Amino acid sequence: MALKIVKGSIDRMFDKNLQDLVRGIRNHKEDEAKYISTCIDEIKQELKQDNIAVKANAVCKLTYLQMLGYDVSWAAFNIVEVMSSSKFTYKRIGYLAASQCFHESTDVIMLTTNQIRKDLSSPNQYDTGVALTGLSCFVTPDLARDLANDIMTLMSHTKPYIRKKAVLIMYKVFLKYPESLRPAFPRLKEKLEDPDPGVQSAAVNVICELARRNPKNYLSLAPLFFKLMTSSTNNWVLIKIIKLFGALTPLEPRLGKKLIEPLTNLIHRKIHIFSSHKMLCSQSHLIVSLSRIAVLISLSSGMPNHSASIQVMKYLGLLAMSKILKTHPKSVQSHKDLILQCLDDKDESIRLRALDLLYGMVSKKNLMEIVKKLMLHVDKAEGTTYRDELLTKIIDICSQSNYQYITNFEWYISILVELTRLEGTRHGHLIASQMLDVAIRVRAIRVFAVAQMATLLDNAHLLTGNMQRMGICEVLYAAAWICGEFSEHLENPMQTLEAMLRPKVATLPGHIQAVYVQNAAKLFATVLKNQEGNTDSTAAQETSQLMIDRLPLFVQSANLEVQERASCILQLVKYIQKLQQKDVEVAEEVCALFAGELNPVAPKAQKKVPVPEGLDLDAWINEPPSESESEDEQPKAIFAKEEPKHSRPRHTEVDEKELARRREARKQEQANNPFYIKASPSSQKAYQEAPGVEHIPVVQIDLSVPLKVPGLPMSDQYVKLEEERRQKERADKKKKEKKKRKEKRSGRGRKHDSGPESEEDITPAHMVDIVTEEMPEVHRSCLNITMNLKGNARTNMISAKKSSKHKKKKQKKEKEEKEKKKKKKHHHHHHHSDGGGEESVQNGTVEEEEPLPVSVYDIQGNLQDGSQVVVSVIFENKCDSFLKSMEFNVLDSLNSKLQRPEGSGPHDGLTVPFQLPPGVSNEARFVFTVQSIVMPQKLKGTLTFIVKDSSTHEKLDFKLHFTCTSYLITTPCYSDAFAKLLESGDLKCSSVRLEGVIMPFHHLLARICFHHHFSVVERIDSCASMYSRSIQGHHVCLLVKTSGQTVSIDAKCDEPTLLGNVLDEIKQTFSQC
Amino acid sequence: MIKAILIFNNHGKPRLIRFYQYFAEDMQQQIIRETFHLVSKRDDNVCNFLEGGSLIGGSDYKLIYRHYATLYFVFCVDSSESELGILDLIQVFVETLDKCFENVCELDLIFHMDKVHYILQEVVMGGMVLETNMNEIVAQVEVQNRMEKSEVSLFLDR
Repeated sequence: MALKIVKGSIDRMFDKNLQDLVRGIRNHKEDEAKYISTCIDEIKQELKQDNIAVKANAVCKLTYLQMLGYDVSWAAFNIVEVMSSSKFTYKRIGYLAASQCFHESTDVIMLTTNQIRKDLSSPNQYDTGVALTGLSCFVTPDLARDLANDIMTLMSHTKPYIRKKAVLIMYKVFLKYPESLRPAFPRLKEKLEDPDPGVQSAAVNVICELARRNPKNYLSLAPLFFKLMTSSTNNWVLIKIIKLFGALTPLEPRLGKKLIEPLTNLIHRKIHIFSSHKMLCSQSHLIVSLSRIAVLISLSSGMPNHSASIQVMKYLGLLAMSKILKTHPKSVQSHKDLILQCLDDKDESIRLRALDLLYGMVSKKNLMEIVKKLMLHVDKAEGTTYRDELLTKIIDICSQSNYQYITNFEWYISILVELTRLEGTRHGHLIASQMLDVAIRVRAIRVFAVAQMATLLDNAHLLTGNMQRMGICEVLYAAAWICGEFSEHLENPMQTLEAMLRPKVATLPGHIQAVYVQNAAKLFATVLKNQEGNTDSTAAQETSQLMIDRLPLFVQSANLEVQERASCILQLVKYIQKLQQKDVEVAEEVCALFAGELNPVAPKAQKKVPVPEGLDLDAWINEPPSESESEDEQPKAIFAKEEPKHSRPRHTEVDEKELARRREARKQEQANNPFYIKASPSSQKAYQEAPGVEHIPVVQIDLSVPLKVPGLPMSDQYVKLEEERRQKERADKKKKEKKKRKEKRSGRGRKHDSGPESEEDITPAHMVDIVTEEMPEVHRSCLNITMNLKGNARTNMISAKKSSKHKKKKQKKEKEEKEKKKKKKHHHHHHHSDGGGEESVQNGTVEEEEPLPVSVYDIQGNLQDGSQVVVSVIFENKCDSFLKSMEFNVLDSLNSKLQRPEGSGPHDGLTVPFQLPPGVSNEARFVFTVQSIVMPQKLKGTLTFIVKDSSTHEKLDFKLHFTCTSYLITTPCYSDAFAKLLESGDLKCSSVRLEGVIMPFHHLLARICFHHHFSVVERIDSCASMYSRSIQGHHVCLLVKTSGQTVSIDAKCDEPTLLGNVLDEIKQTFSQC
Repeated sequence: MIKAILIFNNHGKPRLIRFYQYFAEDMQQQIIRETFHLVSKRDDNVCNFLEGGSLIGGSDYKLIYRHYATLYFVFCVDSSESELGILDLIQVFVETLDKCFENVCELDLIFHMDKVHYILQEVVMGGMVLETNMNEIVAQVEVQNRMEKSEVSLFLDR
């Protein structure tokens, strides 16, 4: 033994230790990876040796390699070995390695429980300490549960070193094993008054972390902390306690008052503390601290040498201010100049903080000034991130609370237009949505907005000149729409129309082109109207010719939307031209196409629509659907009557996820709808996050001269104008002072400003139409949209048909399975044996050879609800292209209906919630409501989908065959219950004979059980009784007898039609074999 | 809570990494790179705080760092930690290193990563601050080093 140890130690001298490894790596800079891989091989050898010293050395080196990014989890077991060494040196190495690379899913952790317990109770406090430190990093729920008691004992250890570690680790234990909190809490509280400051600090630390999660429970500790705060000298403890009070004061306002004095003392004592002070945002003492912060910031800004520590103070001061701003906005507003100065700081962290503050500081008075300043920064800013941040902030600031602070919308429009000059911004969407919003809601601005947008359109080449600026071309969407919709305000509609039909437009993204085409039509109508007023009819005809010349470009577009709109409009214009040639006045009729006033609709307008009498919105129209997913878990009841009928199970059970999903979908839809007034900035965010913008590669271009769009007014002039206006107003006011007449406000339902009194004096030049209460008029554009959508659907299908004729051949396979989930074992078998047989029968629709998606379906009755069946369809993509946007639709019959989500029409398809890559199959479930189950039924349906590569729409027809047996559910029945049922006499009789059945009797029974969902009640020789039940509770009893090749089935059921059909289906099954 | 402590040099080479939340090794390396990228482009005379990179949790987390000669000491913390407190803690940690290594330099950290870890373990435990008193930290580290020495000499005597 001794010899072995000596040998080991000699070996060890020749081994590389950590220092050698590091040196080696540094000497092999060129082939580091190769060198390390040889080292790892060496380490693997060392780990195989018995000598623990060698192993520990190897593990130590592994810890180093882990830092360099090498996965060392393969050595986890060796690490555990080293951890269990009796020597402190090795133990420490082991625990260090474990803390660096163990995590919850490391499986060897469960081997460590006993070792850790042993170490925790070791007489050597450092063994315990090392174990606690290690454990704090890799504690799992299991370890926490097993060791919670041991650690709790350690909290009262004699050595403070152990006590503080034990106290601290308790937080980790609470996190992983929350049950331990209750028993451990009294002891934890005790530790707040521990004589050792380290233990005290640890206890404060833990309680602060706990209180952050749930402050209410820790209110009772407030007096104790109060005492600690006044007595403790440990900065760390003080900071933590003040943080804790920050969480507690909102819950207990009296606490705030009590805190003022000790806190002010503290501030005087240690300026250091004030950073935490900000947390207390409830009381007036804030003003005291605020002035100090302000002094600090001004001090630091005034100083010429920007040393880092001053910057730190500045940052913290701004951070504190942003906290105070939430509760005391006015007091922060007085430091506006200071904050504006901070925008010039060279430190981005500070600039961002200052930007945050600005949001809350604007008022009607200073908005223009602040925005002007920000615009200057936009020009100067380097780096797109900061510039984008500025851009969003400008828009945020201006649009906050329904444009409350904007007095002159012409100014705002020109700001937006100026923002389009930004290179490489990702926020084109945001700007566009603002333009639309303002133009729609502020009537007075429309003339101006239209003029601006027309200029934008005219100069579109500046925005789209190179691909790097694609992000910004989103504004053209807004520009085109505004020019089209409000075309009556255009000075020179003809010019704009030409601008919109330039060939260059075809390079824009599809959705923008679509808007271009649509609005070109609106413009066309306006132009016609103007021209027909003149006597010269040639001008009007020339305009039509222009449209006819240019539109074919869009008809060829790859984008469906563009193509469709363009071809519609092209036909329309051709027709108009024909009429024009016959000297018919068409302008009025063309205008009628787009007539109607567009009114903004408040988000809550729907609420104002009275519910018609006698309409109960909560009542179910159809029988409520059941949860098809939960079917698996729920045990099937043996008899229906024992099962309580759920009259409306789904009503309360629409799960949260589903709700969230729907809400999200709705938001998305609203966000993309320019006619919908966005409720809050959050929906605007959703808008800007819409796919398309992010994917456009944004590359910064280096332009020394800022691009200026010629002919656009600069927003600066508005600042001057505004000043003049205000001065004039003030003068006017003095004249009329005695009358004290306030200017009449024209907007209806205008929200009252919450700004300071003096702001009331500033009259806005334009009003936002903020319709919050009034009933909206039904407006034309909304209707337009729905019509558009329908139109789309139609053409899509047509194109799908076309393309499928030309290109792809498809095959449809149908297989029907009548199968219950319970018998999953058979499921597979059935698939093969039966599928082939039925295929030939039902494959009447097989058309061509090349397989596209193949769907296999399975119909299941739902025991919980007598009127529902669940159809699981497996879609398999057999072609080589990616399939997406699948829509499943079935032509409802009177009896069977596909359940569609609330709000969708009876002919809408259901979107299949997945896409299919080539060769992949997936299952989707559809719920059908069936009224009568006594007859079999066939439903026709279509599946539409888009083949990604060719981006064409394809259609697949299929038939769903609902047989009567698919309504049967295998239900076991006992022979005595069965006998009673037969005796009861309310069952009708029927029988059938099968000839020429060559199969053993038990096979025959199995077949009936399997295909038709029966269960055998009793079997005596060549005679068997069988039972099944339908989803609506009909009992079906069979008596099957066999003699030779003849099988006779006598059947009883309380529904003769159903029975007849079931027997027919049984006959069918056996005639096929 | 402290989420991670990273020490790397002016070229982004890690000298010590200590994550208090599990990340796979390659993710750890990405976080180091990202953090280095964020921190290294900042001047020396700007403030010591910035918002965390996207990998480590975005703006819910703050990076608080100090730059000493060739090394960056970066702590990634959540909102429960005070910015100045952590800044102070970094100072304490570095001064402790200085005491334990006698005039610490980057080479000490390179060759004695394990020892740096042991010192850090006396300052921060499982993401929570254990001790801020430098004398106490140094004392505990020294006792443990003596224990190690006695064990090694015992081993060589045998």
